[in-house]
Amino acid sequence: MKEVVVLSGKGGTGKTSIVGSFAALAKNKVLADCDVDAADLHLLLNPELKDEHDFWSGEVAVIDPEKCTQCGLCQEICRFSAIDNYTVDASSCEGCGFCSRICPPEAITMKERYSGQWFISATRYGPLVHARLGIGQENSGKLVATVRQQAKQLAETQGIDLIISDGPPGIGCPVISSLSGASLALLVTEPTLSGIHDLERVLGVCRHFSVPALVCVNKSDINEENTHHIEKYCLEQGTEIAARIPFDNTVTEAMIHGKPIVEYSHNGVAHHIEKLWEKITGTLAG
Amino acid sequence: MILSVASGKGGTGKTLIATSLALSLKGRGKVQLLDCDVEEPNAHIFLKPVISGSEEVLIPVPHVDENTCTRCGKCAEVCAYHAIAVFGEYVLTFPELCHGCGACSYLCPEKAISEEGRESGIVEWGHSDTIEFAHGRLNIGEAMAPPVIRKVKELAHDNGTIIIDAPPGTSCPVVESVRGSDFCLLVTEPTPFGLNDLELAVETMKELDIPCGIVLNRAGFSDDKVEAYCRKENIPILLTIPLDTEIARLYSRGVTLAEGLPEWREGFVELYGKIWEIVDERSRCPQR
Ligand code: SF4
Ligand code: SF4
Ligand code: SF4
Ligand code: SF4
Repeated sequence: MKEVVVLSGKGGTGKTSIVGSFAALAKNKVLADCDVDAADLHLLLNPELKDEHDFWSGEVAVIDPEKCTQCGLCQEICRFSAIDNYTVDASSCEGCGFCSRICPPEAITMKERYSGQWFISATRYGPLVHARLGIGQENSGKLVATVRQQAKQLAETQGIDLIISDGPPGIGCPVISSLSGASLALLVTEPTLSGIHDLERVLGVCRHFSVPALVCVNKSDINEENTHHIEKYCLEQGTEIAARIPFDNTVTEAMIHGKPIVEYSHNGVAHHIEKLWEKITGTLAG
Repeated sequence: MILSVASGKGGTGKTLIATSLALSLKGRGKVQLLDCDVEEPNAHIFLKPVISGSEEVLIPVPHVDENTCTRCGKCAEVCAYHAIAVFGEYVLTFPELCHGCGACSYLCPEKAISEEGRESGIVEWGHSDTIEFAHGRLNIGEAMAPPVIRKVKELAHDNGTIIIDAPPGTSCPVVESVRGSDFCLLVTEPTPFGLNDLELAVETMKELDIPCGIVLNRAGFSDDKVEAYCRKENIPILLTIPLDTEIARLYSRGVTLAEGLPEWREGFVELYGKIWEIVDERSRCPQR
């Protein structure tokens, strides 16, 4: 089974639009939206919800005011400043359980934490596994892991050997969770100084977890000099640039029409993305 | 006043707004910019600060004294993250899983556990012209951003204007960054993705009880669903920046609007004034 993850370091580089097009181009695959705290892929794929599950992960401390003697010990030992005035601020609590173990009258219990939902949907491009992280919740890494695991299971039972996932922004826990063990990462960047800086960091993460990477420079003509800089950098790093896609308003137009670009138009950008997908399948076949 | 600049979706120009605002406030009292997007910090690209100090972010992880340890297993039982385990003769620690909660060392009956620092990132501080600056950087391969964010926020002054550049999204690093803010500016763009992610960001701020307003970036050629949403939710659009190739070019070179197109300074000063009014009004009727 092959798994391609599309990442961008920073968001807004056109990652999801590209994944949407891959969805239309790839024949047999399961789609996974691993950007669980700001999922957008569904806006392009018109999913029909088939299956919905609550996601419980980690714990949160709860103080029983009836039992609490206000001794203050819990407040003193909590390293995350989550307890104030003998109440727990759920958004600060890391769920370590330390307070519940030392409270003299045993007034603190640990409760399971509702952290979001995950879904299996049907789209006209194939099954999609996606999720929604509860507002401000932690453990997005675990939710990403759940999405990937479900996508894999689905692929196995349906005899599909390709998973395409839309990855989260950043380099922290959800990214690590979406990346580890994947066959290939496509890093979508743009020729801005911020884009370059973020690309360097996310490429570092790929290397750290030994996942081979290809780079796509999106909106490559907004700053040719920076595009050149990215090319040079990738050459030094031994990372191949799989595509340079010029800026085009069609990408946003397609998004507004809720369609993957390759289905909305057949102009330059769509062509570039088709070529990029060929490149990726070639690399996967290796 | 603590003012966060956030966005549900990444790449909406959040850092451009935060840094342009900071520079536009020159001469209007003390301004400090804290870049809390520690996974992908970018504000330094725009502000080009002179760094005058730095400090590692250390997570206190357990160190077991094998001679005093009786392999009783208490530490493994209390650790919520499986970061310490006892197998027969061996006590193993997994420092990269440890959150540094301190439970194991406190509860070890033999007092066999001491703590040592494990670096997960770094914070740096300095200044850019008259602006005080600080940011954090999560080390490559590290999963947990919040400890680095907390360390950046510890550097906040206790007066003046503090502008926080928050990470994108709605999960724990965002909450960690914006917690305690008096106001949150949400930067969005008028596209379906922009709107979808804005709705999530607005819900997050509601949950945290932080008042918010919108900066609509790259406005002009797409639909007006964001405006309609803001009207419905009664969230003010405080500044509109058009889709403009000149601005995009400046951005690509890491130049703020305050420097590249100084006529925008006025707009940012007005933006600040509007925020100040909202915060001031709210502080006078806290029940609201
Ligand atoms: S340790 Fe227990 S009794 Fe003491 S303040 Fe905390 S909850 Fe109350
Ligand atoms: S569970 Fe841990 S983080 Fe939560 S309140 Fe208790 S000591 Fe603090
Ligand atoms: S709790 Fe202390 S004595 Fe018991 S196994 Fe852990 S380190 Fe050893
Ligand atoms: S400090 Fe907390 S998280 Fe770290 S090993 Fe000890 S109990 Fe586990």
